[in-house]
Amino acid sequence: MKRPVKPRTTEQWSALGFVTPSVLGLGLFTLFPVGMAVVMSFFQWPMLGTREFVGLDNFRYLLGEDPDFLSALRNTFVFTGLYVPLNILLALGLAFWIHRSRWANLWRVLFFVPAITPMVANAVIWKLLFQALGGAPNVLADGRTALLAVVAMSVWQGFGYNMIVFSAAVNEMSPSVLEAASLDGATGLRRLVSVQLPLISPALFFAATMTMINALQVFTQPYILTAGGPGNATETLVMNVYQAGFESRDLGLAAAGAWLLFAIILGVTAVQFVGQKRWVHYES
Amino acid sequence: MRAESPRRAGRVVSHVLLAAVALTFLYPLIFAVATALKPPGETFGSPGSLVGSELRWRNFADVFAYVPFERYIGNGVLVAGAGTLVVLAASALSAYAFAALRWRGRDGIFLVFLATMMVPQEVLVVPMFLLMQAFGWVDSYQALIFPWAFTAFGAFLLRQFFKSVPGELREAARLDGAGEVRVFLRVMLPLARPALGVLAVFTFIGYWNSFLWPLIMINDVNARGTVPLGLQLFFGQNGNQWHLVMAASVISILPTLLLLVALQKHLVKGIATAGLAGR
Repeated sequence: MKRPVKPRTTEQWSALGFVTPSVLGLGLFTLFPVGMAVVMSFFQWPMLGTREFVGLDNFRYLLGEDPDFLSALRNTFVFTGLYVPLNILLALGLAFWIHRSRWANLWRVLFFVPAITPMVANAVIWKLLFQALGGAPNVLADGRTALLAVVAMSVWQGFGYNMIVFSAAVNEMSPSVLEAASLDGATGLRRLVSVQLPLISPALFFAATMTMINALQVFTQPYILTAGGPGNATETLVMNVYQAGFESRDLGLAAAGAWLLFAIILGVTAVQFVGQKRWVHYES
Repeated sequence: MRAESPRRAGRVVSHVLLAAVALTFLYPLIFAVATALKPPGETFGSPGSLVGSELRWRNFADVFAYVPFERYIGNGVLVAGAGTLVVLAASALSAYAFAALRWRGRDGIFLVFLATMMVPQEVLVVPMFLLMQAFGWVDSYQALIFPWAFTAFGAFLLRQFFKSVPGELREAARLDGAGEVRVFLRVMLPLARPALGVLAVFTFIGYWNSFLWPLIMINDVNARGTVPLGLQLFFGQNGNQWHLVMAASVISILPTLLLLVALQKHLVKGIATAGLAGR
């Protein structure tokens, strides 16, 4: 009987040597905490004192009784629903605008500046900006406008990244396809919608997915700008997790909240992946 | 000639408009620098005016007198620098094993690596806090460096790169009697320099700007705080002294701005590559 080809044993050993640091690190700092988070979410787990198994009570409390969690859920969805389209539209518009500029790289770098500077600093600056804008109460203190203000600041901060992604995709549009389209008489809006956007749809899909995942995890901007207020008008899911765990010191509740957030992220991402078949065109 | 000039005029108008948009876009930063140079009490004094009664450069020195900002910057460099080194080392080693070596369990382990990329930080912070307590690492540099240094993203990125290196190069080195470690150090790493550079810059910036985890982990900000924590502390303590808060913000922004200016080409290229990888 012929034995299956075995990898050389030395190769096996050296491979183990190469992967061991990462495997140990990921095991200790990712897999183990994930498992622990599952366990913790079923416990009442105070930072100090004794813990107690409570089954699904944490989830029941968050989804049924906790007034803050449901408004955090709503705020996070509103934030994401506004932030993602605004971010993509601005990034896309500017990417097309600078496409033929001789200084395209300069514009890319300029609009990217707040994406690389510390988020805390950006938020602090905008806090003063909103204060200087005046109004009584000012936009951050008014429950009707506070979340919009957080969105505005976040779009300003974040769209430069996507602009670079789109700009690269626009530069890579196949010249032959564009030429064929112009011979067919496609111009202006028609050319944009039925030729150019499909050509860059993989980049659009990538950007929309990543931007949405990041938006659902928004924390620093509202934390600095409004601390979740006024009332809980701008409290987001991650803020809720942070407060449950490190202000109320109920780690089990925080773990349960984090799992719900993870489930939402997975669900939204799955929907995007399923939906992409309708509008994303990959060159074959 | 005649057809040229309206087109050229169009281009000039487009650029003037673009410059106006860019200026509006950068206004918050300009406003921050302007306010940082105003004397105390003039922040809201002359609405619309960016310049106060004097250019007060002393504000920047005053920030350092209030809080040890040099310490925050030093801590930031230490944490981000050490973190980046660990990320690069661990990622490159495992990426080599995944890309160039044949071994049992390879595909299974790689799948687990990919799966860990989906887990958001928030799920990990709560148990990670307990882990740090168990290690006795609360309020330490280690706690800022190690928990996030083993990401599958780096391994994934570098694996793609290593795979594009022709196998003959490695075989030739092996025939010359080089062991795996030598092939890795002498052949693969030098070739991967551009990918390593992109990974290094983004990792460094990620560590430098990180806020949620240091906020949870660091109690003594003046001893072990990084720049975002220091700025937040300063803001909390001197929130009404806007000229100083803006000076502190500008100080926080400067290192990242210098990095951007120095490495702009690589950064733009790195992001573009990540985006086009969606194809």
